[in-house]
Amino acid sequence: MDSAPSLDERAYVRGGATQTAVKILVVGHFAVGKTTFIGAISEIPPLSTEETMTRAGESFDDLKGVRSKTTTTVAMDFGRLTISDRVVLYLFGTPGQQRFVQMWEDMARGALGALVLVDPERLADSFAVIDLIEQYGLDYAIAVNRFDGTPDREHRALREALDLLDDTPVVTCDARDEKSSADALITLVRYLLDRAH
Amino acid sequence: MTGFDEREPEAAELVRPYVITKGRGLPDEEQLSLITLVTAASDDQQRPTRLSPEEQSLLELCTAGYLSVAEIAGHTRLPMGVVKILLSALTEGGYLITRPPVQRARLADRQILEEVLNGLRTKFG
Repeated sequence: MDSAPSLDERAYVRGGATQTAVKILVVGHFAVGKTTFIGAISEIPPLSTEETMTRAGESFDDLKGVRSKTTTTVAMDFGRLTISDRVVLYLFGTPGQQRFVQMWEDMARGALGALVLVDPERLADSFAVIDLIEQYGLDYAIAVNRFDGTPDREHRALREALDLLDDTPVVTCDARDEKSSADALITLVRYLLDRAH
Repeated sequence: MTGFDEREPEAAELVRPYVITKGRGLPDEEQLSLITLVTAASDDQQRPTRLSPEEQSLLELCTAGYLSVAEIAGHTRLPMGVVKILLSALTEGGYLITRPPVQRARLADRQILEEVLNGLRTKFG
């Protein structure tokens, strides 16, 4: 790393000196459209980072020692949206594997809530994700990502299959579309606001 | 964007993480979360030569404004744990300023959520 890093000024958080940073999780199984969703809303090109699995077990000290054998990594995608002069919102996307414990703790801590992206043709793949979200006590809404040619399954059947609470919002969205994705996010935040009463 | 996007992520591949971190452990999570905002303490100070190339690179990245810890990891392509350790060391050395997010327990949740809702409606409504 000998060359000086230079980023476009738009890459920086404009109101960073005064803004409060908040985050919402965008979760779902592999290839459900998380990165596409984040890319549709984010004001920066979505970034990706890796969390090593070193701390997933009780091996906190491994990172200090030369005997560390941890090489497994998992990618997490994220984007950013300036909400106002006072708030900047981060959207974090991650797969729902139980074994990525440390990453889930990092992501869930302090999150406003979660949007669960669901593929109506692969509902069973979403069970593990929803289990995790509930385990971490996060409020969530379901966004059914409708791909081309996929029949729009009835929300009632989907509610039953996913065993949702009556007030958990279910919306249909197209993760490739900015407005459609934003509407799903707005549905989630409105629900979180109701819950905060 | 230029810079990091065009470079080969050689440091991440050719040097094992504990070498880059000089064997230091992970910092307190409350101090450096994924969305802690970070910037250089001063943009005209002399860079001490005892900083490692990775530390100097992170410091330069943070000179032009605020970035979240997650964004710094994304731009440098270093593992998150390594980035947190280096940022923590730079903060302790007085080179960086960090702004941890407000803790949820003390967060005026309703106010923040209302602001987020209004902001989203204004941008996409």
